[in-house]
Amino acid sequence: MRYLPHTKEEIEEMLAVTGHGQLKELFAHIPENCRCQGEIDIPGPLSEWDLTDHFQSLAANNLASSARAVLLGAGSYSHHIPEIVRNLMSRSEFLTAYTPYQPEMAQGTLQGIFEYQTLTTRLLGMEVANGSMYDGASALAEALLMALRIARKKHTVAISSAIHPHYRKVVYTYLQAASFKIVELPVGRDGRTDCSGLQNIDDLAAVALQSPNFFGVIEDLETAALKIHAADALFITCFSEPFAYGLLRSPGASGADIVCGEGQSFGMSQSFGGPGLGMFACRKKYQRNLPGRVVGETVDLEGKRGYVLTLATREQHIRREKATSNICSNQGICALTAAAYMASLGSTGLRRVAKLNYDKAAYFKNGLIQTGAKLLFSGQTFNEFVLRFADDFKPARKRLLAKGIVAGIELSDFYKEYEGAYLFCVTETVSRTILDEVIEELRS
Amino acid sequence: MTHGPGISGLILEEPLLWEKGKKGRSAFSMPDQDVPEATVGIDENLLGDGPDFPDLSEVDVVRHYTRLSQWNFGIDSGMYPLGSCTMKYNPKINEKIAAIPGIVTSHPLLADELSQGALQIMFELQTFLARLTGMDAVSLQPAAGAQGEMAGMLIFAAWFRKKSEKRSKILIPDTAHGTNPASAALCGFKPVQLKSGADGILDAKTVTELMDDETVGIMLTNPNTLGLFEESIREITAIVHEKGGLVYGDGANMNAVMGMVDFKRCGIDIMHLNLHKTFSTPHGGGGPGAGPICVVDELKDFLPVPRVAKAGNTYHLEYDCPDSIGRLHTFFGNFGVLVKAYSYILSMGAKNLKKASQLAVLNANYVRESLRDVLYLAYDKPCMHECVFSDKMQQEHGISTLDMAKRLIDHGYHPPTIYFPLVVPGAIMIEPTETENKDDLDQFIDVFKDVAREASEDGERLRQAPTRTKLRRLDETQAARKPCLTG
Repeated sequence: MRYLPHTKEEIEEMLAVTGHGQLKELFAHIPENCRCQGEIDIPGPLSEWDLTDHFQSLAANNLASSARAVLLGAGSYSHHIPEIVRNLMSRSEFLTAYTPYQPEMAQGTLQGIFEYQTLTTRLLGMEVANGSMYDGASALAEALLMALRIARKKHTVAISSAIHPHYRKVVYTYLQAASFKIVELPVGRDGRTDCSGLQNIDDLAAVALQSPNFFGVIEDLETAALKIHAADALFITCFSEPFAYGLLRSPGASGADIVCGEGQSFGMSQSFGGPGLGMFACRKKYQRNLPGRVVGETVDLEGKRGYVLTLATREQHIRREKATSNICSNQGICALTAAAYMASLGSTGLRRVAKLNYDKAAYFKNGLIQTGAKLLFSGQTFNEFVLRFADDFKPARKRLLAKGIVAGIELSDFYKEYEGAYLFCVTETVSRTILDEVIEELRS
Repeated sequence: MTHGPGISGLILEEPLLWEKGKKGRSAFSMPDQDVPEATVGIDENLLGDGPDFPDLSEVDVVRHYTRLSQWNFGIDSGMYPLGSCTMKYNPKINEKIAAIPGIVTSHPLLADELSQGALQIMFELQTFLARLTGMDAVSLQPAAGAQGEMAGMLIFAAWFRKKSEKRSKILIPDTAHGTNPASAALCGFKPVQLKSGADGILDAKTVTELMDDETVGIMLTNPNTLGLFEESIREITAIVHEKGGLVYGDGANMNAVMGMVDFKRCGIDIMHLNLHKTFSTPHGGGGPGAGPICVVDELKDFLPVPRVAKAGNTYHLEYDCPDSIGRLHTFFGNFGVLVKAYSYILSMGAKNLKKASQLAVLNANYVRESLRDVLYLAYDKPCMHECVFSDKMQQEHGISTLDMAKRLIDHGYHPPTIYFPLVVPGAIMIEPTETENKDDLDQFIDVFKDVAREASEDGERLRQAPTRTKLRRLDETQAARKPCLTG
């Protein structure tokens, strides 16, 4: 086997040094009643060529092999990824390194993550960011736990029901064990979160909103911030589509205290939902409450600028059960990828691509409305929106699928009350030809 | 003086991203504006100016990251004997496979019948991991080992809630990973530390004394963080079960025992695996990893949702599991990592996986035997896949573990894990893994012997190390005292 370099002679020489006759003697101290009985039933070994064939045939059973367009986001977005981002991020010096515990051997990763943290704060209008979390959902759960730590004696949080349903599920999983109370805020006819009832919630540590929210609707964060702060709660915002901040006012500028979300749009493939990137930022006064890994600037013995993992006294390997989180990693290469992606776009590129997303989604939305579809919510949207159809949309959707086009997703999969409504997404990767084809199909 | 592969080389300076660039440059191939501009814009009060990112050319970005990468050290650069991290070679073919277009562009929310390939990969990986550990059911959802631990602790909590039992304590040995107590605390349990015995393993008597009906059970690592197999594991798990508790096994060290140990027979109820360790997926400078959890039948209903199942010849996602601890990830976990691990298992087959463990244990014992005259061996007994020394012999010359670790860098080696586990003061934990050949081990051993000799002959050289790197030792105290987290 090509990954196992030992020759028969070498094994014998090494066993002579360790004082064993055979390899299996190395395991002699393992009690008999702990051992595997017989050989493990796993196929292989497969050669590189057979392995590739096997995966090609598996891939052929995914629609992704033949789809012409997937007009669906809902937390996972198709964006163009520049070849330089793929190419640079596959460099094995980045990819095959461990967490940068030895900073003298890992300045590449460390400067890269420091740059990621900086670009993240600029994108979100915040002051500090961590080195990333697992994904958008766990980032939101960690943000709520962080707010509960800051608020100390309070035990209740409120989350908008327009937050991605899966994010909310993960929040329940994370918060249930410690018996915190979660209140869900309703959605108004404009598709925005109704914050009017906040004053009636006791013991409120934090309120979380998503913008653009799961319906694609842009929340009025500034107005929400006033109400939330008036209720003496911390304001957490999250997102699943960071491209929106190429156009929208940043959450930080709108009054958020903690901002988190999913960064998959920035250079990561959709890859059946993972790996993604949990982006996480906050105001500077809360930096010692941050969960997760953080990189900071310092100097070396000769006074040269360099980077290290820092604020370790928050972390599990020092604080053990008193740590701010049990996390001992970040999404390393995904964070670096997002930084390289933001650097490739630049301010100018991010704004142009964001605008193109908005224009294309608006074009498609208007086209569908002309065929008789109705907007479910009146609030403004970015690159996702919800429509309800007069006639049953299912047959048309099926015909489109036969042509390799996935036309949205049924909202009732997530919200029973919105029967007959569909959530769509259009990004810069979808051509007008495809959009026209869908509109034409519905017109006929 | 013996030389490792490390010599001074071409090291290029590179500023921070925003210290270069000019407004108007671009590294992005802009798609056509093939639709008219939207006539209705977004309301003024919601709009911003966009972030202040640097504008760079394609060549600017390429040189930036190429230079950064040259300051980094990965497995492909050389030996990375970082104990408890299993830094084995990451096969190239697995990267290519995970990037096959029909796999990498899959949207996670399509109907099951449109994602059969992806679901089959997950189902078969679950099956393989169950067979390898001896456990009955698997969830691939946890995104990392620490999230796997958390899932395990949530299952503990759910199990006792269902039985209407109130238990609040959990036994955790002093040889545990730091994440273990943190994960337990996150789920509301109070860790009670168990002392390992004089021989580095747990004595069943210690467990008998502390295990009671207020304790949910035990969380242990086997082989443990001293690289030793917990030989009393059957007695320990029997005691815990006797008192109505559950046993969590941290499987971070699975690379020592593939095809050798059946964890269900050991009495383990829940364990996680680190696919980025044992199953060769790249660590990515910190992530992403994957930390699947494996459970016995009795706990199957508590696994996270959704679950991947098979009916006839088709695969589907199951959501209707009322006892489940719920969802842990936005979608199904780090799928791209799962693909690479599945590909690795098929490349190896059962026979080579077992061989890999045997050779990993051989390499560790070979290093242990070869360095025992120059480094103090914390526990003088055969080890599994890693061995733990300390700086006890060097201390009389005023040389610490850190000094020796930094000196290894000058010779082109990533240092071992240092100052862990905590039960060994000044620990030096070496895990060579099976992918290092004997020549490379011999070179490493010779270099480490020289470093140990330098400790008595030329201590200042070690205290100044590293001297051949781009940067010398960094001031971590200043970094923490006055945090500067953004530029």
